[in-house]
Amino acid sequence: MSTTKELWVYAEQRDGKLAGVVQELLSEGQILAEKAGFTLAAVLPSANGAELCQELYNFGAKKVYTIDDPKLANYQNDYYSRAVAQLINEMKPEIVLYGATTIGRSLAPTVAVMVNAGLTADCTELDFDVEAGNLLQTRPAFGGNIMATIICPDNRPQMSTVRSNVFKKTKLSDNEAGEQIEYPVDLSDVPERMRRLESVHEADTNSIDLNAAQFIVSGGRGVGKPENFKVIYDLAAELGAAVGASRATVDAGWISHHHQVGQTGKTVCPVIYVACGISGAIQHLAGMQSSDMIIAINKDPDAPIFDIADFGLIGDLHEIVPEFKKQIAAFKA
Amino acid sequence: MNIVVCIKQVPDSDKVTIDRETNRLNRAGVPSIINPFDENALEMALQLKDKHGGKVTVVSMGPPQAEEALRTALSHGADEAILISDRKFGGADTWATSYTISLAIKKLEEVDLILFGKQAIDGDTAQVGPGVAHFLDIPMLTYAKGVEVTGDTFKVDKVTEDGYEIWDIDKPAALTVVKEANELRMPSLKKKMAAKRAEIPCWGYDELNPIDENIGLAGSPTKVSKVFAPPVKLNKEILSGEPSEMITELIHKLKEQHVL
Repeated sequence: MSTTKELWVYAEQRDGKLAGVVQELLSEGQILAEKAGFTLAAVLPSANGAELCQELYNFGAKKVYTIDDPKLANYQNDYYSRAVAQLINEMKPEIVLYGATTIGRSLAPTVAVMVNAGLTADCTELDFDVEAGNLLQTRPAFGGNIMATIICPDNRPQMSTVRSNVFKKTKLSDNEAGEQIEYPVDLSDVPERMRRLESVHEADTNSIDLNAAQFIVSGGRGVGKPENFKVIYDLAAELGAAVGASRATVDAGWISHHHQVGQTGKTVCPVIYVACGISGAIQHLAGMQSSDMIIAINKDPDAPIFDIADFGLIGDLHEIVPEFKKQIAAFKA
Repeated sequence: MNIVVCIKQVPDSDKVTIDRETNRLNRAGVPSIINPFDENALEMALQLKDKHGGKVTVVSMGPPQAEEALRTALSHGADEAILISDRKFGGADTWATSYTISLAIKKLEEVDLILFGKQAIDGDTAQVGPGVAHFLDIPMLTYAKGVEVTGDTFKVDKVTEDGYEIWDIDKPAALTVVKEANELRMPSLKKKMAAKRAEIPCWGYDELNPIDENIGLAGSPTKVSKVFAPPVKLNKEILSGEPSEMITELIHKLKEQHVL
């Protein structure tokens, strides 16, 4: 048992590299831990945790629990959930935060039922109620038209998943001090029920991951035809942005479903979202309205997308988008 | 092969409009549909049945009207349907829901595969699939795009952030299924007729015999503390006119706000 209460961040790694969202969670975790009077710690299951500890200290972790095992080299739900759940049961942290990645969204719900914890998915805001000791977990619901604050009054730990880009990274320094605590977990009695045979990283023409992208340029029905997506790709390339698309364009076969943003596609949270020729159906808004800044380009001044835009440009995207690209190029030069 | 598909009835978000005055949803008269991702789970099950034979059972937990979603699933080709419904199950969060659904699946004989949509479009939690798998003590993979039967295991193609992974997973297994897996087939007229008449058993508290503190509100660690309208954008700027002038102004503003 630890003497002071702890707030944990799940230190997600793939191929020995930390996921970007971990640094964001630590940065926000520091603010919360300070408010609550908790110690900020990271939990790191991997094959060799020592290598990654310094980076975790640099973003605010005072302690890193490393769980080393060859079976933990790559994510495997049974091994990882056992390791994390066992550590939680022993050390009893107050709060555990996970990135809402494909891994986080497998691990967190499994651990939640294993340790009898409440779990709130996809939080966009976290705060701490010092008096009640509750984590205030705010998330959009019903396609983002309603915000709900969820609490977990009776069970510990309180757990949340959070998307990339919701919180800002704050690196403290390059040589923060911290304590590595090696925590051995015996996985020999966990049956091997699934095996990863292959892992493929696909190189798309625009391979920037929408979920982690800082900038996104998205095209909708207003793009007109599949070949017109070129202007969207061109602006995206200039901005270093990922390419998104509305459901209408994906359903019409203009662009692959990997790019779809919205309720039945991806939910994204970039610094800037540029919506080009997207009217703003609820199903699309649900996937992008928590973006920091929304720039909408549309011919129709009454398009609902303008209701949630920070900047609305009324006009033909086929003129405006190439001009945008041209001026960005000039600005960079 | 026996496959269970867990489905949820949700409001059709395409038909939901926003009240511009109150910033609230107009939900009156909005039709209910099968959660779109659950349709992909259902189609995956039907394709496996086409190839390998067996039975597809659809299960849904919800109020009595969720039976409608089950009948729709039958019309698309599912063989049997079970409704999990009881006032005592009301107010369940994903923890209590996972527990309750797992009790129902335990009552079914020799299940080889349990499929879920990757998440429901109303709550977007993606938590019930992993939860059910844990309560049943079976292995689980999320974001499955394809599945093949290979003897006593399944070979699963799973989507990741930047590509895909191939996994081999023991039977019985649970998978959550992504949209890109497939598209749900059309219902046939004959199956539609049969679905209308089909008997759908309703399993409640007495049939599932749950532990009281694990169901409904009591079994739900999370509570909704507050619901509110999202903050409105304050400093909105709408530009029109010459494209080059609009963009010049936009870039100027972006520089001012230090986002460029």
